[in-house]
Amino acid sequence: MSTTRALSVRGLAKRFGALVVAQEIDLDLAPGARVALIGPNGAGKTTFVNLLTGFLEPDRGRIELWGQSLQGLRPEQRVRRGLVRTHQINQLLADNTARDNLAIAIAERDRHAWRLFRFGRQWDRCCEEAQQRLEEMETAAAADRRVSELPYGEQRLLEIAIALSLRPRVLLLDEPAAGVPSHETEVIHQALDRLPADIAILIIEHDMGVVFRFAHEIVVLAQGRVLARGSPAAISADPRVRAVYLGKSPV
Amino acid sequence: MRRARVVAAIGHAVPWAIAVVYFFAVPSDLDFGTQVMIWILFAMSLDLALGYAGILTLGQAAFFGLGAYTAGLFAIHLSPDPLLGHLAAIGVTMLVGALTGAMILHTTGVTLLMLTLAIVSVLSQYANQATDLTGGDNGLQGIRLDPIFGVFEFNIFGKTAYFYALVVLFGWFVLARRIVHSPFGRSLDGIRQNPHRMRAIGTPVWWRLLAIYTISAAMAGSAGALSAHATRFVGLSVLDLLTSGTVTVALILGGTRRLYGGFIGATIYLVVQDYSAKISPFFWEFVVGGLLIATVLLLEGGLLDFGPAVLRLRDRWQAGQRR
Ligand SMILES: Nc1ncnc2c1ncn2[C@@H]1O[C@H](COP(=O)(O)OP(=O)(O)OP(=O)(O)O)[C@@H](O)[C@H]1O
Ligand SMILES: [Mg+2]
Repeated sequence: MSTTRALSVRGLAKRFGALVVAQEIDLDLAPGARVALIGPNGAGKTTFVNLLTGFLEPDRGRIELWGQSLQGLRPEQRVRRGLVRTHQINQLLADNTARDNLAIAIAERDRHAWRLFRFGRQWDRCCEEAQQRLEEMETAAAADRRVSELPYGEQRLLEIAIALSLRPRVLLLDEPAAGVPSHETEVIHQALDRLPADIAILIIEHDMGVVFRFAHEIVVLAQGRVLARGSPAAISADPRVRAVYLGKSPV
Repeated sequence: MRRARVVAAIGHAVPWAIAVVYFFAVPSDLDFGTQVMIWILFAMSLDLALGYAGILTLGQAAFFGLGAYTAGLFAIHLSPDPLLGHLAAIGVTMLVGALTGAMILHTTGVTLLMLTLAIVSVLSQYANQATDLTGGDNGLQGIRLDPIFGVFEFNIFGKTAYFYALVVLFGWFVLARRIVHSPFGRSLDGIRQNPHRMRAIGTPVWWRLLAIYTISAAMAGSAGALSAHATRFVGLSVLDLLTSGTVTVALILGGTRRLYGGFIGATIYLVVQDYSAKISPFFWEFVVGGLLIATVLLLEGGLLDFGPAVLRLRDRWQAGQRR
């Protein structure tokens, strides 16, 4: 019954020249799932997100969102169907305020972004919702500041807030705390805890503490292949996983 | 808040007031004023594509020239009605803008720049070759126009042309302001800054760019039509790469992404050109080049940034004093 799955991936494959970055990846996300994707640097985790969201074209494989194939759909069309991502490296409108960054996303979601006429009230409403979302993220103080002036931790929160404002049904979080100084990471982890329960979430994360707290299931990727998958307990006991993480953060 | 609004309103009124005052103050040289307004409109069209949406184009002359030739040919072969001719120019440039935009807007950077250059070159070559149609080097002559609304005649004093240009410029300005403040305009601003981000929030980037490129083309075409109507002549220079270069310089000089940047830039450019050319034709290129370098180096927002830049200098100086 593929229709009960929020996201279903079968046999996904991709290579850059001689470099294989995805081979025969299978993955299922149930509605409301919390799955962590881990793996060493260069394993192909970000590439996997790019393949799912349509920023990269896979060589082979099927991707279904709620039983509907995403074949041939452009990234923006996938977003409209509820498949939303965040970025390992911030992708924000640096010259705009935090509120505008959100309001622009909200306007796009509500299909106001083609409007040239009588847009005043709709735009105000987008800004109101943006403000509200910033308050929920406890970053309301950032609303009127240019993004480029915000501390990196708050920029990371904004990445998440933008993704959430699009009302995703499946959310792909690519290392939400990447690059954030350790004293600021706790805020981001708290934001992860508050994510709506009904969204199916795939999180890429290196911090095993966060992975264990957040995920019910872990998928380990190495050299573009699924090396292991299972419950956090099973994965942490798996010697193969220990091997690829040799010398890295404790598993 | 209230005061800021009043100041802003006065600020908005200034350029238009100047345009009206000029009409009464310098009746002997209305043609010059008309030229300035045409170039302002042309620069504003570039501001929408290059400034706001970040479409790297050096091909804006394609639409200016196409608009001018369409208006000229329309008057000669189809109808001497200036408004019909103007609409035809807008229609043709919109169409060509949409078609060429569809072909090139999936590219970015230098590739896009080259493609826009190629489009101007092709049109320019064609206009040069098709002497039967365009008059080639001699230009398109013998344009006769009916009075606007059957009342206002185009005459040698250029009064009608002046007001015609002013009204058209104002109309486009109102539309452009709408566009840049609308959610559509904000999405363009986002696309310029980070197209990847915009796609990730569901923006159909290519369609948005195509839309603004088409509008920008129509606006440039309208400026071209004004030029053909005001001078009753179209020369090959309207399709020259130099024309593209000039409008870019004027826009950057005045400042991009302000709408008023083109007002300042085009005015200064033409005034400096007019004065220094009287001294020596070589000298004027030197002056404009120097002005451009100084603007780019000292004022990141163009000449419109002059006031704020002086204030910044003062603040820095005062801060230094305190230390
Ligand atoms: N567009 C591309 N063209 C060529 N090679 C690429 C491209 N994108 C990624 N790669 C390569 O593919 C491999 C996988 O990269 P990817 O970014 O997916 O890794 P990752 O698992 O996200 O690593 P990290 O933990 O460092 O973020 C790397 O070797 C990378 O250099
Ligand atoms: Mg990565």
